[in-house]
Amino acid sequence: MSVTTTERRPVRAESRTAALQSFLGRRAPWAPTIAAVVILLILLVGAEAFLRGDFITARNLSALLLDNAYLLVLAVGMTFVILTGGIDLSVGSVMAFTGILGAQLISSGVPVAVAVPVMLAGGAAVGLLIGVLVQYFDVQPFIASLAGLFLARGLAFVVSLSSIKVEDAGILWLQSNRIRLGDWYVTPTGIIALVVVALAAFVLHLTRFGRTVYAIGGSEQSARLMGLDVGRTKVAVYVISGFCGGLAGLMLTAYSGAGYPRNGIGTELDAIAAVVIGGTLLTGGRGYVAGSLIGVMVFGTIKTIISFMGAEQSWMQIIVGALLLLFIVVQRGIVARSEHRR
Amino acid sequence: MTRIWKHRLFWPIASLLGLIVINSVARPQFLSITMRDGELYGALINILRNSAPLMLVALGMTIVIATRGIDLSVGAVMAVSGAVALTVIDNAADPDNLGTVLGAVGLAVLVSLALGAWNGFLVAVLGIQPIIATLVLMLAGRGVALLITGGFITTVNSAPFSYIASGYLTVLPFAFFISVAAITLIALVERRTALGVLTEAVGINPEASRLAGVRARGIIWGAYIVSGVLAGVAGVIYASNIRAADANAAGLFIELYAILAVVLGGTSLMGGKFSIAGTVVGVLIIQTLESTILFLGVPSAQSPVFFAIVVVIVVMLQSSRVRRGFARLARLRQRRAPDGGPPPDVDPDLEPKRTEVAA
Repeated sequence: MSVTTTERRPVRAESRTAALQSFLGRRAPWAPTIAAVVILLILLVGAEAFLRGDFITARNLSALLLDNAYLLVLAVGMTFVILTGGIDLSVGSVMAFTGILGAQLISSGVPVAVAVPVMLAGGAAVGLLIGVLVQYFDVQPFIASLAGLFLARGLAFVVSLSSIKVEDAGILWLQSNRIRLGDWYVTPTGIIALVVVALAAFVLHLTRFGRTVYAIGGSEQSARLMGLDVGRTKVAVYVISGFCGGLAGLMLTAYSGAGYPRNGIGTELDAIAAVVIGGTLLTGGRGYVAGSLIGVMVFGTIKTIISFMGAEQSWMQIIVGALLLLFIVVQRGIVARSEHRR
Repeated sequence: MTRIWKHRLFWPIASLLGLIVINSVARPQFLSITMRDGELYGALINILRNSAPLMLVALGMTIVIATRGIDLSVGAVMAVSGAVALTVIDNAADPDNLGTVLGAVGLAVLVSLALGAWNGFLVAVLGIQPIIATLVLMLAGRGVALLITGGFITTVNSAPFSYIASGYLTVLPFAFFISVAAITLIALVERRTALGVLTEAVGINPEASRLAGVRARGIIWGAYIVSGVLAGVAGVIYASNIRAADANAAGLFIELYAILAVVLGGTSLMGGKFSIAGTVVGVLIIQTLESTILFLGVPSAQSPVFFAIVVVIVVMLQSSRVRRGFARLARLRQRRAPDGGPPPDVDPDLEPKRTEVAA
């Protein structure tokens, strides 16, 4: 004990920085998310300054939510899975599968009130399969969700090999109806996405289930020893992710006005990238749904800037890859530091 | 007899033979091989030729998985490699010049080596989880490939380049010789030198192997470089086969099929012990299954359903819960046997059941 006190530098001179350090230490989990907010602001202001100066407009920002609503829903589901230390590669395929399934049902005369629950249940069923494989058969999440990816993609093509147009007024209303406030507008799909974010934040931070999710990500062994229901929670996060995949399928169908079995190839990577950019640690246990919202906005802003500049869309993949790398290295630093402290 | 049952390659080889038997019963021409102009043709030859890209990628994946890693970027590396090779040939004055083609292929493989080294740097030096580290390149790689080709699908007409995938060396396809060469090289280096044992040591326990004086960092780094190079060659074969560089379609989902081949061959995803022969059999199973699905008239877009079912069955057979179930079943039979059935030591059903537990 005496050794440590002698090694410590004088307390008084350091008190301010120490206070800052302890403040930062306590807020450390938020640091990556705040960094994402900063990057988002830099992107927006930079685009405003260097592009034609009409980037930050109510119309553009409203379109940002509209264009990325489906990705936001996927990212929320993915956040649950990643918080437990897992990963779900199936979401893009699930979205395609439920989208084409819904389009097929509606075009063959099934009422929307039946088709939509079937879509959501279809997504949740794929999630349930993955969750059961992960929890009860000790399959790595990566492999189990890989099976889910193959299954959903193949099933999408089993439903239909080509795209199916959706002409149901109820589905298209989700996309076309615009609730205006001055120049700002929001569509029902945007509202659904924001409600999903709010619900997820509520569940993760204010319910027992949410705390169990964080506990499993922190240490599954400890969570089990604490008597938390690890098994059911782990299955549930994959079901949630699958359900979000189904919901995203509905929203994408409304957005594009058709179901298409090739939709969403690689979207799972976009969702993972958005979650990681939003500051959720891939090792689990740390991160926020609000961060994923920011991550999706960063993703969407980059996409908008690239199309504004008229640059090739291939830059999108490169820039997102580079951002992902940046955040992973930063995360690695955070984890290394907290391990060091321990 | 029991030694054959218990060999770890028994189940992979049995399923491959099973698939071949099903195929040859369903269509007798499956086994027939015809000789035309001194070159062999037939369904089996096609399987050998078409499996070359997957074979190369899966070999690299085996080594990476043995170090407890995974390489998701192989598909993107294939796309980049194909784009580099075709852009060089496309811009050359004489696409039919052998030197041009060799230079293009050499450059493509070099670029792939650099990409593999980048993955290895992230994993071995920065200590990032392999799934995530290679995800970066998986995302960005296709963008790079699109930039190289300028967003178009570059097509070339170059006889020496087409030879790589569709040419014949004596009686067999040239691509088949490439995969045989890769298998031989990897098998010799990994099994006739200490490298294989060291790789397994790193995969089983990285910390312990480091304390024992194994240079884990270099071995892991090397594994990703090998994977990158092999993916690069696979990309060249793919591009040569379609005579075009398609940055979006080249190697799409190949990382998933490669991982599946490795798992089918009995290498655990947890790292450590690996089987090159197993991976070879795994690749052949996948290629035969693919050919079977096509023969059944199922649109190839729907084939992922079959692969999903295969993945689920394989991982469930590997899981401890199912093994315990089989063990209980075997014990139950043993207990019941003295009552009426044959005595346990000659029970013919017992041995296979047990091996299923071990497999």
